[in-house]
Amino acid sequence: MAEPFLIGEAMTGGYGGADILHSCTIAVEKGEIAVIVGPNGAGKSTAMKAVFGMLRLREGRVRLAGEDITALSPQDRVAKGMGFVPQTHNIFGSMTVEENLEMGAFIRRDDFADTMTQVYDLFPILKQKRHQPAGELSGGQRQQVAVGRALMTQPSVLMLDEPTAGVSPIVMDELFDRIIEVARSGISILMVEQNARQALDIADKGYVLVQGANRFTDTGRALLADPEVRRSFLGG
Amino acid sequence: MSRNLFLFGGVAVLFLLTGLMASWNQSLYILNISLVFALMSLGVNMQWGYAGLFNTGVMGFAALGGLAVALTAAPPVAAAWQAGGLGVLGGLILGAAILGLAVVLYRRMAPGRSRTLALLVVLIGGFFLFRAVFDPAVTAVEAINPSVSGNLGGLGLPLLFAWPLGGLLAAAAAWAIGKTALGLRSDYLAIATLGIAEIVVAVMKNEDWLARGVKMVNLSERPWPVPFEVDLQRTAWFTDMAANWGFDPVTGSSIFVKLCYTALIAVVLVSIVFLSERALNSPWGRMMRAIRDNEISAAAMGKDVTRRHLHVFILGSAVIGVAGAIFVSMDGILNPGTYQPLRFTFLIWVMVIVGGSGNNWGAVLGALLIGWLYLIVEQVGPNIMGAITAGLPEGALKAHLVDSAQHMRLLTLGVILLLVLRFSPRGLLPEK
Amino acid sequence: MDILNALVAFLNFVFVPGLTYGAQLALGALGVTLIYGILRFSNFAHGDTMAFGTMVTILFTWWFQSMGISFGVLPTALLALPFGIAVTAALVLGTDRAVYRFYRKQKAAPTILVIVSMGVMFVMNGIVRLIIGVEDQNFADGGRFLISAGDFKKMTGLSEGLAIKGSQAVTVITAVVVVAFLFWFLQKTRTGKSMRAFSDNEDLALLSGINPDRVVQVTWILAAALATIAGVLYGLDKSFKPFTYFQLLLPIFAAAIVGGLGSPLGAIAGGFVIAFSEVMLTYAWKKVVTYLVPDSLAPDGLLQLMSTDYKFAVSFAILIIVLLFMPTGLFKGKSF
Repeated sequence: MAEPFLIGEAMTGGYGGADILHSCTIAVEKGEIAVIVGPNGAGKSTAMKAVFGMLRLREGRVRLAGEDITALSPQDRVAKGMGFVPQTHNIFGSMTVEENLEMGAFIRRDDFADTMTQVYDLFPILKQKRHQPAGELSGGQRQQVAVGRALMTQPSVLMLDEPTAGVSPIVMDELFDRIIEVARSGISILMVEQNARQALDIADKGYVLVQGANRFTDTGRALLADPEVRRSFLGG
Repeated sequence: MSRNLFLFGGVAVLFLLTGLMASWNQSLYILNISLVFALMSLGVNMQWGYAGLFNTGVMGFAALGGLAVALTAAPPVAAAWQAGGLGVLGGLILGAAILGLAVVLYRRMAPGRSRTLALLVVLIGGFFLFRAVFDPAVTAVEAINPSVSGNLGGLGLPLLFAWPLGGLLAAAAAWAIGKTALGLRSDYLAIATLGIAEIVVAVMKNEDWLARGVKMVNLSERPWPVPFEVDLQRTAWFTDMAANWGFDPVTGSSIFVKLCYTALIAVVLVSIVFLSERALNSPWGRMMRAIRDNEISAAAMGKDVTRRHLHVFILGSAVIGVAGAIFVSMDGILNPGTYQPLRFTFLIWVMVIVGGSGNNWGAVLGALLIGWLYLIVEQVGPNIMGAITAGLPEGALKAHLVDSAQHMRLLTLGVILLLVLRFSPRGLLPEK
Repeated sequence: MDILNALVAFLNFVFVPGLTYGAQLALGALGVTLIYGILRFSNFAHGDTMAFGTMVTILFTWWFQSMGISFGVLPTALLALPFGIAVTAALVLGTDRAVYRFYRKQKAAPTILVIVSMGVMFVMNGIVRLIIGVEDQNFADGGRFLISAGDFKKMTGLSEGLAIKGSQAVTVITAVVVVAFLFWFLQKTRTGKSMRAFSDNEDLALLSGINPDRVVQVTWILAAALATIAGVLYGLDKSFKPFTYFQLLLPIFAAAIVGGLGSPLGAIAGGFVIAFSEVMLTYAWKKVVTYLVPDSLAPDGLLQLMSTDYKFAVSFAILIIVLLFMPTGLFKGKSF
């Protein structure tokens, strides 16, 4: 099988102290959705941050479209086509929705009006509220701003750190629908999710991490069907 | 330990050299002032070194200490007390009562329009009431013999009483400031203390009834804690002793008096160092440092951070107040015009940072070293500059350069501060 | 007629001076608030940056005057201003490179940066005193009055005159232009928006590819320009004395905090709040009141609430009230 579009391979490392990740591998194919799930403190977010270059790896490599990007800073990875939506503080609260999107496109020197139209098409509510300060929007709308901001660089991979944290189930469903839509447009999605069941439901690939290491890796459907996964991680 | 001895020895050599090469009088003068600076540095070190509080109002607390000297030691002006003493005191008490009432109203009444209205009425009405009582009394006091007094005078007590009183005044001001500004963003305290210092000095300059303002209280008749030079010069045993040591009586008496002060200040300094070392190594001191190093976790452990900060802020300010009182009692003159932030606030900070914040001996060392540097440049700087520019023709440029010596001092201090912060942020004697 | 006279006296002694002083404070506070918003510390060297910029401008002004260059009715200092700004910007950029950058990379606590700025203050203060001395310097030229009191009386037939000094008109107009430019810059340009983004959420700004060094540089240049302009306008209106500029720190910080540190709009509002409070509390109202009440009620005293020597107390009192009751200021600081 050809190499996945984005892969963090055998990643080992932490934030300076003890290792948090132990030879952990995360990968996502072009246009597919990969989801990282696992119990609290399993290193889910850490694994994603490692893929994005936010912590130094002692061992392991990260490759994007075959190119080794292990040594690149997060900023450089953005320029290479990776978009990242942090879990918290992921919008510019005092700036308008439109300005948030503009800031997302900061590294682009070309005309990004088309991309902005696409984002507005994807999230119509944002177009309606585009002159409002983003900090005044509801939780779900703010997440849309955050995702929209990350899409402005026209990334080939979009990474989401718990996008549905703190939003209501209805909003969560809608957000997942949008994420599927983004994936259909050819953008790979890598996301960390607390709501494991719903997330695996839409995932092409699922990674169950325990203590910074891969425990189960399979398609989302297969993981949902696996009795051991169900019993240990999905609450039966 | 050898490092400490070496550094203190080095500083001692500086003072010895000054004595040998210039004069012992000058050396002692610099030493005494540096020792007072050392006291102030100890105060700042308690606040900054123990608790991480940034006090930019050292000048104000020192000035309050100075004020205490005039209020304690100057003889009372009976006529002024008769003319308006009660009015002034009554006015001040009334003012305090109005503020107290406002605070009570604010606490007791429910938030809303009626509370705002009540507060405004109390404060604005109170202000006019205060002025109505206070102003005539002040005018009356200031009219009494303005060329020599025009103030209420002091209590006529021995000067040593002024030192603790200076500490008390400074502590009271620190309490008021700390109550408002502590617990907010750390730089707010810096700005608030900067403000209170300016205001204390402004009050001392303008309220003639208090301490004659810029007309100055001259305490040549004050009850000294040490003998008078002129008296010494008339005592037989002293003139004999001076002759034995090879000093003429005038220089000798001056040196003797300075030595007495050195001893007095040294006693205060050593006891404060001793007490604060004890405090630092007590559970209280360990908690203080724990709070400084991680305020959030200390708060999470149930420590009332703001309250602890208030304690240490008051203590440090009180020490500065005592130092301010000693300073003025050495000078014998309370001149509010001499209180300048560069000399009384920022100089002390340079001393603490250079000496080693968090280390009491470091603060003392920094004060002696920087104090020596600062004062020696003040005294000999123009001469050196004069010597350097001796070859230049007389004129504006030369005069400017000779004048510039004192400005070079500021520049040098700034550069020293920046260099120490950058390359040796723990100072000469780091915290243990 | 008396009501008009009272109004003119009010305008002449309270409104115009308050407006001018407020504009000067607002410009100073804008510099402080920008530094706070982006670099996240209270810059104690700002007063001395103002002094430095003013000094350079004065030197250029004198040079221009010696060459016979003038600006007509406008003060020559306005011609010298761009040079003053350029030199000051170079100085603060150099300072940032040599001093502040190290602590920024270390992510030092704000208090450390404040102490560092104190060191910078010393150095700048020393430089200014070394070059120009500690004395008062007067460098205002050009038209002295836009309207003089005498002309006004003749024009209107009122017994009160309204004098508007040239420097007051220049101050207000310059301040309006500068503030308009600043807001246009922050709201409409890419760099300005990136500064706001950086101030709002530094991590996300970095993630979006905003270059922090560039944001910091632009901020210092703006702060230097604002400081120089504020300092020159203050010097033209009153006079230049290095120590006065250090003392301006208090009202300037009070203005920035009253408005909410980090909020440019707040800095402007704060500047005027402080300035008008100061002028109104230290003005002797006797003249105005005498016009308004019947002769029998004419006041004996000066009706001055506070001696002008206590003007710092006004900024301070307002500062304390704000700290007690709304620590984030009028405009909810820390974001623009």
